[in-house]
Amino acid sequence: MKTAEVEAQHSSSKIPDEWFQLKEKDKNASEVVSRPSLSYWQDAWRRLRKNKMAMLGLVFLVILSFMAIFGPVMTPYEVNKQDLPNQYQAPSSEHWFGTDSAGRDVFTRTWYGARISLFVGLVAALIDVFIGIIYGGISGYKGGRTDNIMMRIIEILYGIPSLLVTILLLVVMGPSLFTIILALTITGWVGMARIVRGQVLQIKNYEYVLASQSFGGKTARIIRKHLLPNTMGPIIVQMTLSVPSAIFAEAFLSFIGLGIQSPYASWGVMANDSLGAILSGNWWTLFFPAFFISFTMFAFNVLGDGLQDALDPKLRK
Amino acid sequence: MDMLRYMLRRLLIALVTLWIIVTITFILMVTVPGSPFSDERSSNEAVQANLEAHYNLDDPYYMQYLLYLKNISMLDLGPSIKQPNQTVNDLLGRGFPISFELGMITIIFAVVSGVVLGIISALRHNGVLDYLSMGFAVLGISIPNFILATLFIQKLAADWEFFPVATWSSPMHMVLPVAALATGPMAIIARLTRSTMLEVLTQDYIKMARAKGLSPWKITFKHALRNALMPVVTIMGTLLAGILTGTFVIEQIFAIPGMGKYFVESINQRDYPVIMGTTVFYSTFLIFMLLLVDIVYGIIDPRIKLHKKGGE
Amino acid sequence: MEKILDIKDLHVTFTTYGGTVQAVRGVDLYLNKGETLAIVGESGCGKSVTSNAIMRLIPSPPGKISNGTIHFKGQDLTKVSEKKMRSIRGVDISMIFQDPMTALNPTLTIGTQLMEGLRQHKDVSVKEAKQKAIEMMNLVGIPNPEERLKQYPHQFSGGMRQRIVIAIALICEPELLIADEPTTALDVTIQAQILELFAKIQEETGVSIILITHDLGVVAKIADRIAVMYAGKIIETGTKRDIFYRPQHPYTKGLLHSVPRLDEKGKLHPIDGTPPDLFSPPQGCPFAARCPLAMEVCDKVYPIKSERSDTHQVNCWLQDERAKHLLAETASK
Repeated sequence: MKTAEVEAQHSSSKIPDEWFQLKEKDKNASEVVSRPSLSYWQDAWRRLRKNKMAMLGLVFLVILSFMAIFGPVMTPYEVNKQDLPNQYQAPSSEHWFGTDSAGRDVFTRTWYGARISLFVGLVAALIDVFIGIIYGGISGYKGGRTDNIMMRIIEILYGIPSLLVTILLLVVMGPSLFTIILALTITGWVGMARIVRGQVLQIKNYEYVLASQSFGGKTARIIRKHLLPNTMGPIIVQMTLSVPSAIFAEAFLSFIGLGIQSPYASWGVMANDSLGAILSGNWWTLFFPAFFISFTMFAFNVLGDGLQDALDPKLRK
Repeated sequence: MDMLRYMLRRLLIALVTLWIIVTITFILMVTVPGSPFSDERSSNEAVQANLEAHYNLDDPYYMQYLLYLKNISMLDLGPSIKQPNQTVNDLLGRGFPISFELGMITIIFAVVSGVVLGIISALRHNGVLDYLSMGFAVLGISIPNFILATLFIQKLAADWEFFPVATWSSPMHMVLPVAALATGPMAIIARLTRSTMLEVLTQDYIKMARAKGLSPWKITFKHALRNALMPVVTIMGTLLAGILTGTFVIEQIFAIPGMGKYFVESINQRDYPVIMGTTVFYSTFLIFMLLLVDIVYGIIDPRIKLHKKGGE
Repeated sequence: MEKILDIKDLHVTFTTYGGTVQAVRGVDLYLNKGETLAIVGESGCGKSVTSNAIMRLIPSPPGKISNGTIHFKGQDLTKVSEKKMRSIRGVDISMIFQDPMTALNPTLTIGTQLMEGLRQHKDVSVKEAKQKAIEMMNLVGIPNPEERLKQYPHQFSGGMRQRIVIAIALICEPELLIADEPTTALDVTIQAQILELFAKIQEETGVSIILITHDLGVVAKIADRIAVMYAGKIIETGTKRDIFYRPQHPYTKGLLHSVPRLDEKGKLHPIDGTPPDLFSPPQGCPFAARCPLAMEVCDKVYPIKSERSDTHQVNCWLQDERAKHLLAETASK
């Protein structure tokens, strides 16, 4: 470009005369769309794929889910089968992750633990979303007095220290898979309800919604094309981030003695059981559950971060 | 005037929240077998007499409830069932100062180091230091504090003997528990500081400050940091709650004779009055901390629309 | 007349994931002492980037002044150290931003923000700084300056905030003031007041002003000279009379024509099409794709500069002898 310019400065007389005629206008030429138009979800997926950490998290979670389903079947051992003569075996070809104080196979128990942790985390998060969407949706959609009262209730509940209430509930009801999930969700939905309400309030006033309606857009199309992309983002992100906090809470509760009881083996229970063992050098009994708790939380966290960036309509380039 | 109304309103909400917690606690305790309120009470006669004196157990439930509310409002949390001649207040008096010390050192350490990490990350955006500290932060968020604590004990105390293993008697004893407890909150603060700092640095008023010819130092600390710290203040309540519950496990692991340790013991022994009393006490503590945070926020952010808070 | 600012062949590029954006592509500009130069163009044409380049406030990375010189009072601003530049910013050259709602720090008092530039650059006591601040508040027309110094930005209206921003920019008595769309975010009535304030300030302090805008109404009011910018290049410059009464470039004409007029109610005359993609700017005239009189040459070669007069220059092939017949034809239509 620069050379052409310089050339022109010095030798405009060399430019052929016939170039000084009106150009035939190609009407379509100026309207070329420079990039293929992707749907919101395709675009989000494209951006998520570029985020290496988020993809690492996603791959880990896929593998973890696979192992949670098939892991226990890959060994000849039963999850709670005690084998006292073989206690504290170091990891070997027999016992890939070693054995614990009762001679139980840590590998088998780890994948059982994955089932429990993922189940608790996912179910608690789903229930949170479910209640949160209904409560927040009604509050935001109705507005006015209803909204005011519902929000006061939220404000009051928000002050309740959730883990304390959870502990209290578990003490009273006795720890089980059901009560843990109940105890976690009884306070967990509040944050989600706030987010949903905020989203609903926002979109109610969005000009493009009004515009689309006034152009006679179909309701279903409006919801799919405009509302979903702009509301689902924060909800999905919040959900991804509430899974690890549920997993953490479950492990924490197990650790203070309010965890899921036998015959289940959650990661928190395994970690708690092996506290005494590690000081005597049997590191593997703690290492594997601890590693998988941490890595699962890590995976959900980085995936949540990645989704947050990928789903943000403002960041769309 | 606005400020006063705002504070009164927040106080009212705090009291309602507290009342709900106390009521839930009472209802739960009435329903659970083996609690002081149930029919199958303790067999120990001394304990039985204490309970009777404190709760008027033969009155109808609503009278017991009113008495319970009255006792709590007088800050009297009742006797323990498992430890005769001990009241919940005795236990709290012994244990809480230690837990409070642990918690305060932790929160100060977490805030200072988290903010510093966050600023460094933001100023070196996409640089090596940024990646390092954010990698560290993601790990800090992902590794539960009780796992960190166990790891610290095994490696730093037992294997390498850098630090004493347990109890709470000298500054060296405090290093590991505080580190284990502070890592999570520190990581959260660091990430939050970084992201708000990055956002603040793109604001027009930062450009304006640069256009005035101010030094980078002044721009960072006078103009950017103040605004970037606002969100950090708002999550202080949540962080405090996390640290408080964290003390339960940390004190257990490090054998620190704080309230958290007593609380976990009372859970395992099903010492219901202690569980109830501690829950109510901790809830009160946290609710008033939240209130304090809100008021501090109202003071440091001149923009805050006091009467609209919480609604939006 | 003495030139206070002289920009030659300025190039600014931004390196992004998608490629390199050539935001400013060889801008030549000068500013005489005490005059007001308006840089006019659509959003994205590079006018703000040019003004940021003068202040050396282009975020780097990704931005970079890749070529050219900016001479201000004899020194080349593209070459001075960052430290030296800091002593120029706010003291010799000041800048006003578009949106007064975001240009002030919400957590600091107006007084602090007014005085900090002065305290940074000049050796003055707090008392003297305060005195000067009150003086500036009076100059920009803010009543009760002493009390208002203690207030925060959110206690001021948009127009008042812009006055404060102007006061901050002027407190060190700069010789050059760059105003980036100073009235765009304001109500029309407030706009008029702010423009009057500019005229008054220039009269009282003799400051030279570069005004960045897309609003020709603003330009008509206070500019002495006008530079029309398109796709990172200055395509026409001239005095206000040159541009408003004898516009040469089809883009300038379109711009003037697109201003809504009271006597043609309800009719708008937008320029069709959109500016070119600056990732890969066209090698010829960037306006050719939208130009009603585009010729073959326009696509192939960038037009040479034609001097209409000492003050009036335009880059357009229609100025060439061989294109005169086209001009004549359209004129007769």
